[in-house]
Amino acid sequence: MTGLTVRNVSYAYGEKRALDDVSFHVPQGAFCALLGPNGAGKSTLFSLLTRLFTTRQGEIEIAGIDIAKHPRKALAKIGVVFQQPTLDLDLTVHRNLSYFAALHGLSGRQAEGRITAVLERLDMAERATERARDLNGGHRRRLEIARCLIHVPSVLLLDEPTVGLDAASRHAITKHVHDLSSQDGLTVLWATHLTDEIGPDDQVAILHRGKLLDQGICRDITGGAPMQDTFLSMTRAAS
Amino acid sequence: MIDAMIALRAILIREALRFVRQRSRFVAALVRPLVWLVVFAAGFRAALGLSITPPYQTYITYEIYIVPGLCGMIMLFNGMQSSLSLVYDREMGSMRLLLTSPLPRWWLLFCRLLASTTISILQVYTFLAVAAVYGIDMPWIGYAYVFPALIVAGLMLGALGLALSSAIRQLENFAGVMNFVIFPMFFLSSALYPLWKMAESSALLRDICALNPFTHAVELIRFALYGQFNAVALGWTILAGIVFLGFAFWGYDPARGMKRG
Repeated sequence: MTGLTVRNVSYAYGEKRALDDVSFHVPQGAFCALLGPNGAGKSTLFSLLTRLFTTRQGEIEIAGIDIAKHPRKALAKIGVVFQQPTLDLDLTVHRNLSYFAALHGLSGRQAEGRITAVLERLDMAERATERARDLNGGHRRRLEIARCLIHVPSVLLLDEPTVGLDAASRHAITKHVHDLSSQDGLTVLWATHLTDEIGPDDQVAILHRGKLLDQGICRDITGGAPMQDTFLSMTRAAS
Repeated sequence: MIDAMIALRAILIREALRFVRQRSRFVAALVRPLVWLVVFAAGFRAALGLSITPPYQTYITYEIYIVPGLCGMIMLFNGMQSSLSLVYDREMGSMRLLLTSPLPRWWLLFCRLLASTTISILQVYTFLAVAAVYGIDMPWIGYAYVFPALIVAGLMLGALGLALSSAIRQLENFAGVMNFVIFPMFFLSSALYPLWKMAESSALLRDICALNPFTHAVELIRFALYGQFNAVALGWTILAGIVFLGFAFWGYDPARGMKRG
């Protein structure tokens, strides 16, 4: 099975259970919003998906590859944008990208070709020589998205990538990533607590206090009601 | 294999660029041992009489004695500085970027270690050059012999920093490391005074100094600077390095999770 599969995954920090038997599947080329309030377990799930942590309870498959059995092959298929900024602010845009390319075994002409392609894809080609520090918040995020595409991943994981951005930047970045899934066939898992970033045809997985409350296509879950109302009533009922 | 070497090169370049950018860090790393050499050693010169002990074949001044210790000091501080930047990287997220690349985690950590050791060695040679200008020079052969000794000592002290960085949750806790790791390691060693001098004050303190891996790193450097080989110091330094590296790899094991700040 391609795309992204999470099967019966649980994780605890000592006594505190952060994820409790979470299962969902995102088909290849789908955009799935992982919706949950702060503390729902989204970042923990991202840490497991990127193998910053490992768990013995449950299975994770990235593009059909079991991350526990073949961690390096699975990681090679993932592009990640973490909630925390991960740019080296004193390096240029190009240097940030070439460093990341090298971490994925790309160098020389191959790396240059990919860097040019992703910068053009994200409309940032003219900023290659600028220092990351000189970019505004929206462009920094855009650069991080460009970076996570360099090694041509098949699954994109974005952990609250629009936090701290103004409305215009949020809209632009949300649209870019939707395009990546609809036009380029990338599987996207987009963690957020902002319901206006989710389209009616997007897939949604609602996480609350470590449990998956519901999953499916947004319009089916809401039944035509605003997503925010559905989300609030679900999380209130579960509290 | 090629992927691993590409990553190593990129990590070395990144560390070198960071180092070049942070000129104040370079100056601080150089000024610290020079202050000890020029001010502290001048003051203690009269107070401390040093008899002839290997590798020295004649009476030496105190300034000459502490040069290897100050080389060790540069590496100790740099190892800690590097681990401080690892904790910073983790808080800032760039450590996540490194650890999620599709290469063995131990290799990625080792690349970081090698990068910080390279920076340490550059700092030490700069210090030795300034010391030579100041009038404290070593036999020419010593400058070549000390290179492998600096690699071993730098890797050991860098591995200690790496191990500490896996255990430290937040940057604020780093002050504790200064008090409980750097200062005891430095003062309870042969960097500033020979162990036989320490034994005159306290046999227990001498024994603690003799167990301190930093003492052995300093002695390895001291002997190498005079074209001599100290097998015991090398053995202890390598052993300590392996133990610290083992702790570091264990500390960064994904099955242990990444410490939450």
